Amino acid sequence: MKNKTSSPPREGEARPSRCPDNSAFKQQKLPAWKPQLTIATVLSSFFLTGAFCLSVGVCLILSTNSVREIQIDYSDKCSDCSKLRENSSNWNKECHCSVNFMLKEDILGDVFMYYGLQNFYQNHRRYVISRSDAQLLGRNVNIQKSYCAPFTTYRNGTPMAPCGAIANSMFNDTIDLFYNLKSSVIQVPLLKTGNSWWTDKNVKFRNPKSYNLSSAFAGTARPPYWQKPVYLLDEEDERNNGYINDDFIIWMRVSAFATFRNLYRRVSRIRQFADGLPAGNYTFRISYNFPVTKFKGRKYVILSTVVWSGGSNPFLGIAYVVSGTAATLTGFVITAIHLKLRKKKAYFQK
Amino acid sequence: MDCSLLRTLVSRYCAGEENWVDSRTIYVGHREPPPGTEAYIPQRFPDNRIVSSKYTFWNFVPKNLFEQFRRIANFYFLIIFLVQLIIDTPTSPVTSGLPLLFVITVTAIKQGYEDWLRHKADNAMNQCPVHFIQHGKLVRKQSRKLRVGDIVMVKEDETFPCDLIFLSSSRGDGTCFVTTASLDGESSHKTYYAVQDTKAFHNEQEIDALHATIECEQPQPDLYKFVGRINVYHDRNEPTARPLGSENLLLRGATLKNTEKIFGVAIYTGMETKMALNYQAKSQKRSAVEKSMNVFLIVYLCILISKALINTVLKYVWQSEPFRDEPWYNQKTEPERKRNLFLRAFTDFLAFMVLFNYIIPVSMYVTVEMQKFLGSYFLTWDEEMFDEDTGEGPLVNTSDLNEELGQIEYVFTDKTGTLTENNMEFVECCIEGHVYVPHVICNGQILHDCTGIDMIDSSPGGSGKVKDDDSVDGLKKNQLSRRSCIYISSSPDEVALVEGIQRLGYTYLRLKDNFMEILNRENNIEKFELLEVLSFDSVRRRMSVIVKSSTGDIFLFCKGADSSIFPRVKEGKIDQIRSRVERNAVEGLRTLCVAYKKLTAEEYSNAQKLLQNAKLALQDREKKLAEVYEKIERDFILLGATAVEDRLQEKAADTIEALQKAGIKVWVLTGDKMETAAATCYACKLFRRNTQILELTTKKIEEQSLHDVLFDLSKTVLRHNGSLTRDTFSGLSTDMQDYGLIIDGAALSLIMKPRQDGSSGNYRELFLEICRNCSAVLCCRMAPLQKAQIVKLIKLSKEHPITLAIGDGANDVSMILEAHVGIGIIGKEGRQAARNSDYAIPKFKHLKKMLLVHGHFYYVRISELVQYFFYKNVCFIFPQFLYQFFCGFSQQTLYDTAYLTLYNISFTSLPILLYGLMEQHVSADTLKREPSLYRDVAKNALLRWRAFIYWTFLGVFDAVVFFFGAYFLFDNTIVTSNGQLMTTSTHMMFGNWTFGTLVFTVLVFTVTLKLALDTHYWTWINHFMIWGSLVFYVIFSLLWGGIIWPFLNYQRMYYVFMQMLSSGPAWLGIILLITVSLLPDVLKKVLCRQLWPTATERIQKASRHCREHISEFTPLACLKSPRYRSSDCSNSPARRSNSHSKKMMFTHWRGVDYSVLPSVFGYSNKHCRSSAGYRYSGSGLETSV
Repeated sequence: MKNKTSSPPREGEARPSRCPDNSAFKQQKLPAWKPQLTIATVLSSFFLTGAFCLSVGVCLILSTNSVREIQIDYSDKCSDCSKLRENSSNWNKECHCSVNFMLKEDILGDVFMYYGLQNFYQNHRRYVISRSDAQLLGRNVNIQKSYCAPFTTYRNGTPMAPCGAIANSMFNDTIDLFYNLKSSVIQVPLLKTGNSWWTDKNVKFRNPKSYNLSSAFAGTARPPYWQKPVYLLDEEDERNNGYINDDFIIWMRVSAFATFRNLYRRVSRIRQFADGLPAGNYTFRISYNFPVTKFKGRKYVILSTVVWSGGSNPFLGIAYVVSGTAATLTGFVITAIHLKLRKKKAYFQK
Repeated sequence: MDCSLLRTLVSRYCAGEENWVDSRTIYVGHREPPPGTEAYIPQRFPDNRIVSSKYTFWNFVPKNLFEQFRRIANFYFLIIFLVQLIIDTPTSPVTSGLPLLFVITVTAIKQGYEDWLRHKADNAMNQCPVHFIQHGKLVRKQSRKLRVGDIVMVKEDETFPCDLIFLSSSRGDGTCFVTTASLDGESSHKTYYAVQDTKAFHNEQEIDALHATIECEQPQPDLYKFVGRINVYHDRNEPTARPLGSENLLLRGATLKNTEKIFGVAIYTGMETKMALNYQAKSQKRSAVEKSMNVFLIVYLCILISKALINTVLKYVWQSEPFRDEPWYNQKTEPERKRNLFLRAFTDFLAFMVLFNYIIPVSMYVTVEMQKFLGSYFLTWDEEMFDEDTGEGPLVNTSDLNEELGQIEYVFTDKTGTLTENNMEFVECCIEGHVYVPHVICNGQILHDCTGIDMIDSSPGGSGKVKDDDSVDGLKKNQLSRRSCIYISSSPDEVALVEGIQRLGYTYLRLKDNFMEILNRENNIEKFELLEVLSFDSVRRRMSVIVKSSTGDIFLFCKGADSSIFPRVKEGKIDQIRSRVERNAVEGLRTLCVAYKKLTAEEYSNAQKLLQNAKLALQDREKKLAEVYEKIERDFILLGATAVEDRLQEKAADTIEALQKAGIKVWVLTGDKMETAAATCYACKLFRRNTQILELTTKKIEEQSLHDVLFDLSKTVLRHNGSLTRDTFSGLSTDMQDYGLIIDGAALSLIMKPRQDGSSGNYRELFLEICRNCSAVLCCRMAPLQKAQIVKLIKLSKEHPITLAIGDGANDVSMILEAHVGIGIIGKEGRQAARNSDYAIPKFKHLKKMLLVHGHFYYVRISELVQYFFYKNVCFIFPQFLYQFFCGFSQQTLYDTAYLTLYNISFTSLPILLYGLMEQHVSADTLKREPSLYRDVAKNALLRWRAFIYWTFLGVFDAVVFFFGAYFLFDNTIVTSNGQLMTTSTHMMFGNWTFGTLVFTVLVFTVTLKLALDTHYWTWINHFMIWGSLVFYVIFSLLWGGIIWPFLNYQRMYYVFMQMLSSGPAWLGIILLITVSLLPDVLKKVLCRQLWPTATERIQKASRHCREHISEFTPLACLKSPRYRSSDCSNSPARRSNSHSKKMMFTHWRGVDYSVLPSVFGYSNKHCRSSAGYRYSGSGLETSV
């Protein structure tokens, strides 16, 4: 057989027309790398994987341990407010409550403030599709054609801006943080912009073009659950108003699960807070608008720092350590089996 | 076009019921017969258009769509698509509509193109010019305008435009030569004869003046049968009637050769020609892989339905609390609220079905089809399977059965032309007990075995007979090519005989005007007048001629098989010749006996009358002829016998040995006589020296009853087998069986015949039981249909083994069509076998590579392809299923529409297709060298339930890893993009689409890398495809998320992929999840390899080992494993001695109970001829010498 392949077709001899040409591809003889599962490669790959996973895992665990996080469930702490909100007719009554907590240590670095919701099915299909991206792009579209129903228009035909269930149910609690230094109360400066994706803020969400914002939204009405129209979301900052309001943009990014947290504010690192939050007593002052008891949900406010590996989730580190250990152990087991088999073979050879 | 077809059909169906349609009357040249003879009823016949196309321009779309949606899979996808269109479903109809549209379009284009080609061919055929005779003039018209009754002129090298009755030719003797290569593949020239009364008409005017009617049967598909009658009217006289047979019928598709021109009258036109009637769609064969694929599909369909059901039920349980069903933030629309609960539930069920329908991928069918179609090219391209001598390579007629080639358990092979060359060489003739061998004279060599051979010179009386013998042979001549004086005949036997006789000094010159001229050794020309030919048929197994010698004596010479001659012989040196014949037969030579008788003039005229009557009969002509032949051919004087050697094809023995080592049982089915066939079997190592031969022949059944014979045989076989299994611990007992069974056609039909008492299955079961325990079976004296019967018997036996039939002649077609895989040898007996086969190869030896290498590869490839497809779709869809538990069973999709659509089409399709084309788990050379590797994949090993369940669970495991891995990453604290990396220094949130994209990214990488791990053969194309498709996924995702797509009404994927990639934890998570999902599979592979390696894996290991220490041994020799040694007996001396001891035991046992098998042990070393090139010592056949 080897002779056959090595000898080239004799030249000058007219080969019959049906004779296939002997290109390596057609003869299935393309040069190829033929990897084999040898004991050396298998063991080295297992041990290498193990070592890699273990080292990454340890690094991750160490770095996640440096993350500071405080989570406060305020759905019960403001029980009066939550009762008030159970009845939807009280929607325009204001309700404030405050929640105190104490930091035993300083939280250094960038501090992020989140609100968390539990049992809120943002990922329900009916909810997920209930939006009009075209409208949010600032285009003048007929939202009747979108999936915004039942939050498309009012009875009289005035379209909602923004339309859809997602926009309608936007989280509308306002949370302020106060630092109680001795007897004085200092409001912690919080940044409300720069929290969303740059592309969302600058490309995906656009206000309708007009000489001013309120005229841009003329002819539309606020969603039914909103207290104020969309062009009044942030009256102080023109670049944070209308559809390009950061809070709104963040809310519009639908979460993957029923329990989720969204970024709300960042601590502005100025004055006392240049290094983060110093230890001491703090108060959250919350204007309680968002009803959660009706769907048996909960609300949280969270303060957290961030490291290179993300937030305070230890899962990744632990998973790496576990799989690293598993790979290493497997490597040992395979070695044992191999040695045993080799001994047996040697025995048989004698 | 359709009309004519319909008419044909109608007339054909009517034919059975009404008598008048049974024959048709044709008025030659459309001339009415003279008044008073018969009523002139113009009959309507279809025109001469050939329609082989399936579609027309306007019915293509509906008809093609109908054809396509008749496939169950396409129909299923259509239903899913329609459901998506009708109800509000989670995925857009595009996701299933696009792939379906793609599949349908590609198939439609392919079929449309093929049909267009057919149209083109039809048109070319229908429009080619034809010469008509009209009013005594030659007219050119298009072929499709030809009508029944037209007189047509055909020139040399033209094809006949329809079926013609041959009226006259430019050759004086009224013959013409024709090749039917495009009809049945026989390229030899055949002689046809013009009608006796019309052969004198040589020009247009004469032929136009012909006044005749033809009565003939309605068209039949049989190419070689035709009965008719022509009535020629000579001015006012009674018409003269002449019989017409197939020798007068020129078939459409055949080509005129060596004849300047001929005239003929059209009798069958268009779709009624025999060629058109022979276009028959072969029945669809389905491979074992396809069957198991369908079973898996059903399993997945059940999984799909149960998933949808579970989710629907859970949805309504979960929704039973109103705060979940309709929370304030997520209200229903009015129509939704009002909808009836039952209807809602049903819609939900359908929606879940749609959501999970990707588990049965459309693309799998496309990929499988493409893999088969493209893969089959490797077979046709294979240089090793190309035959230099004939210039033929393998042909693939259907690519549906590629993988079946790797699953063969039984090979049924024809003998002549398949195992042997069908290239006859005259060896000797024996006349009245004297043996003449041409070689003695030619080279003056002294023969090794001279006893009983007289030199030719010493037998003057004999030489006269030689001449007679010769003249008999000469009559079977078909054509004498004038230029080269080479005898060309359709039967290789006859060529050999004539050439052999020439070497003995008698040269057959030619047949001229019914006179045969023979040049004898004294250079005198002797003439014999040829009076009658009683042609050959396979039932009589003989043929005769009646000749008149120059002295005026009339002789009848008959040649035929010994079994058909000896009973008709009344004198001659019967015993001597019989012993010679049998001796020759044992040596594997083809023998013919020749007998003669002298006829008186009276006897001759009687015989002639009988023949003439029978030949004129319109009905049952065959039967009547046979009766007449029977009457004439009797009371012979035995003249002698001839022996012709049919050499074995090169490497036939090697191939059979390899097949047997591969665990394939080889059966030889032949029409030849037992002794010849058995000798061939020994020569090609089907029977080995130590094979015990069991006989189940008519002779034995005459001695004992069939019942006893069968029971005795089964007892023998089973006892022997029992002792074997006790001795050896390895289960591979097929190697140790040293039984060969010989059965003949008569015995077989006894076995197959249902018994009177109704217990018909009994003998069959017993017979099957015996066969199953024999390593080789030889069936001789088989009629073509019996061959198919045997194949069917095995095919339907309780193990349902996969069968392969291989043959080269028309007599093998039935068996080729019956077997799971039919293989035709592109041989000398015409192309009929090759045309009807699934694959055609030039030589028997190519079967080895075809099965052991290509078949093995095809099977390994397609089984991985099927399993992998299911696996990757489980991985794909199971996370979606799990996600339903987290999104309130609301049918929210996990992945974006683009991902859902493209996953199977482009992200993961090409690597597996390429794997299906290129994978070589071991090298082709190794597969060829180690036939036992074939056993690793036998019995559909890679698609058993265990393998299927493993793959499914692997898929589920991986899906769980993807989903929950990502879930925990997202849970509690968010996977966040690292603020520091971004210029805005923020800490951003990921939503549900990011989650889906993360899972999907892990998914695409995992399934692609899983395939990479399974690939053993990495060419640059594999690298390109695997890494290329991953790169393509990344690039596509970047692009898909990088633009606000104006035509979409959602922009949910905008920048999702980029944001995910800018997050460090996401990277870490992806790497971890890929590793974790791949590790178990690697671990399983490593452990299985270490603990329970298959032969293939041992070879892989050993070949590497061997390569390292440049070893001269085969890989097997390097193996140290004791297990292996036991499984391959032929390579180990220990095994061989073992088998010898078995045989001793057996002999001993036989000694005790000898009467059971009287003929089995009649081996004699006497017959061992050292020069024959093969010998058999331990066993042989009992012959009467």
